[in-house]
Amino acid sequence: MTALALDPGAIEAATDICAHCGLPALAGRRFCCPGCAAAFDTIQSLGLGSYYERCIAERPPRPEPSERYDLTRFVTARADGGKELVLAIDGLRCGACVWLIESVLGREPSVLTGRVNMTSRRLKLVWRGPVSEAERLVGRIESLGYRLVPFDPVALAAARDDTDRALIRALAVAGFAAINVMLMSIGIWAGDAAGLLDSMGPATRDLLHLVSALIALPAIAYAGQPFFRSAIAVLRHGRTNMDVPISLGVVLVTGLSLAQTLSHGRDAYFDSAVTLLFFLLIGRVLDHRARGRVRATVELLLTLRATDVTVLADDGTAARRSAWSLMPGERVLVGMGERIGVDGVVERGSSSVDTSLVTGESLPVTVLAGSAVFAGTMNLCAPLTVRVTAAEDGTLLAECARLIEASEARRSRFVVLADRVARRYAPAVHLTALATFLGWYVWGGAPLSQALLTASAVLIITCPCALALAVPAVQVIATARLFQSGILLKSATALERLAEVDTVVFDKTGTLTEPSPALVRDGVDPIALREAAALAAHSRHPLARALVAASGNVPMAEQVEEHPGLGVAAGAMRLGSAAFVGMPPDDGACAPELWLSRPGKVPVRFTFAERPRHDAAETIVRLRAIGLKVRLLSGDRQASVARIAAAVGIDDWRAECSPVEKVALLRQMGERVLMVGDGLNDGPCLAEAHVSASPATAADISQTLADAVFQGAGLGAIAELVVTARRAKGLMRGNIALSLVYNALMVPLAVAGFVTPWLAALAMSGSSLLVISNSFRVRA
Amino acid sequence: MNVILLLIAASLFLGGCGLAIFLWSLRTGQYEDLDGAANRILFDHDHPKR
Repeated sequence: MTALALDPGAIEAATDICAHCGLPALAGRRFCCPGCAAAFDTIQSLGLGSYYERCIAERPPRPEPSERYDLTRFVTARADGGKELVLAIDGLRCGACVWLIESVLGREPSVLTGRVNMTSRRLKLVWRGPVSEAERLVGRIESLGYRLVPFDPVALAAARDDTDRALIRALAVAGFAAINVMLMSIGIWAGDAAGLLDSMGPATRDLLHLVSALIALPAIAYAGQPFFRSAIAVLRHGRTNMDVPISLGVVLVTGLSLAQTLSHGRDAYFDSAVTLLFFLLIGRVLDHRARGRVRATVELLLTLRATDVTVLADDGTAARRSAWSLMPGERVLVGMGERIGVDGVVERGSSSVDTSLVTGESLPVTVLAGSAVFAGTMNLCAPLTVRVTAAEDGTLLAECARLIEASEARRSRFVVLADRVARRYAPAVHLTALATFLGWYVWGGAPLSQALLTASAVLIITCPCALALAVPAVQVIATARLFQSGILLKSATALERLAEVDTVVFDKTGTLTEPSPALVRDGVDPIALREAAALAAHSRHPLARALVAASGNVPMAEQVEEHPGLGVAAGAMRLGSAAFVGMPPDDGACAPELWLSRPGKVPVRFTFAERPRHDAAETIVRLRAIGLKVRLLSGDRQASVARIAAAVGIDDWRAECSPVEKVALLRQMGERVLMVGDGLNDGPCLAEAHVSASPATAADISQTLADAVFQGAGLGAIAELVVTARRAKGLMRGNIALSLVYNALMVPLAVAGFVTPWLAALAMSGSSLLVISNSFRVRA
Repeated sequence: MNVILLLIAASLFLGGCGLAIFLWSLRTGQYEDLDGAANRILFDHDHPKR
């Protein structure tokens, strides 16, 4: 709960602290609401009271009325007769929450496994018995204040990340081989350096080489696969990337070393080949991990918002079902304050609909029987019966889908920095090695084996270990840093594209402004507000939430009944639509408003309006200060766009843009644009722009399309994104320069034939460590 | 110098054991919840069976 501008009156009334959630409670009471009292009782009766002492972070969330899910679809049967369900958990604060949930489940005889994964915030539940048993168990956890949403087992299996494990296995094998081969190599070098070769004997050296080969060959064949596969894949398409010189270098060096070993030669480079793979795999694993974690988080955010819809059968009975299972022609009942989960046509009822996520309009749109409504919009005033239609061509959604497809294809042509370098680097390296060989063999008259050995030393020295680490090392550290400040970077190339940005284009509704409307405070009676908030705390309606947010922490009223689609009532007090409190409805559209009626008093009206995010103006000043142009493109009406533009200080704005116009305008700008938007209507722009970002409150499709998703109430993330990206890009270039300088120093030595295996190993590891440690400067 | 054969065999065997243990721990999912593992050491022993 945000404690903005607490009313003095609210504090007077709330003198005690709820024993469960820690929010204010009515004077003399132990709890703020019946939900908390029930949760406290449950915990105490199970003998888990020490939970409250274990809480090291915040107190548990206040239990709230939750939506019911039909769990049947999400359950998988196991071979041992148990049933399994994976759920996303919202509300985990610290280890104590994990302990509490697992302990509560552990005391249920039907539960076989109840294990919380704190990293991915999932609960795996295995139990014996019918599905209804799981519903009871889920209800029990929810009554403690956590929110649980089931994962679809099919989607879960599809999203399972096998690459991560394969990479770590390869890393382990490469590490094992690197250590053991190095053990042999040091023996050989030591013998070499101390002039003990004679006493050691060529037979011993050959033995050590042979053992090295026996370790290195299978290890390289296994651990090198990620590189070999990727190299073959790009070569097939007639292109090249960093994996091509890596694979070629490793294969050639291994082959030559093997030839040396078999012909009783003096130098073999097995240690260099495996160490190289080990270093490169570290970069790969970190890179993959950072992005895998972000993917999992976004996935979780989306799941938490998936909702069921109420389907009306022909005989008039209602059932909750998942929106995915609907067929065109079915009828769905959408209550007041509920998100419309389907595309369809209104069959019965009239209401106003908040379409801000779809069209960007801030004022609700009135819908009557026959009006089209879209998934993702919010029904504000009265229940609607909607007939489901298939998405047809010509609708807004189909139009957006087409634009997005076209833009995505264009963007995939972006070539990352590392690949641009690789395109020039790979041929240069291979030509140098070839020239060295020819130089020694043809013009220098050296024996074949010596010429080959010198050429292979060139290959090892130039093997782009530091170069291949240059970009991912910075990316991992920058991504982790952004993750900590609540910014999820989804695309691997986003940092590089962000660094090039010269213009930021904002959408208005939900991006520059708060995602939900705020109470208009002018002339609001503080006592009425507090009483209304006590009622509103029982509802999930967005306007009710806005009331609660505006009044600070207010104890919840007791014995409150929710009348779906109308409002809430406690005894004679009522809070809800005009009709609910007996006022004549406003003519025309019902603006976002709530009415409070109390016995013996005139009903009070609360109106709501959108307001800019608290740090919007500040962020825009900061963006200008770092040399960016800021513009505003909105689908909303002139007047409201002008008002918000003036409030945040943007003078370059356009209103009433359709998605097609927005994309056309973006293209006209021709600049490297960072698009920040949240609505479905911004989808094409998010895909078209050079790089894009969405708040975590955005429509699902926008979050999927955006390169970065930022959480939290502020826009400060945008400035931080650009600043971090610029610093990261600078460091990437610095790293590449470092590794090129290292090459410029070492290649002449290698060409001249001065490089021995130990010098190669030292130089390679040294340059890799230098690049990795330089990358950590991105944190500063 | 025959002792070197023994030493090489011994070091490879020990290293191989380490590798095998690591791969086993990876396969049994012990790296999937590092945040949880950090907190679990603080739980009491009256933790319910699972």
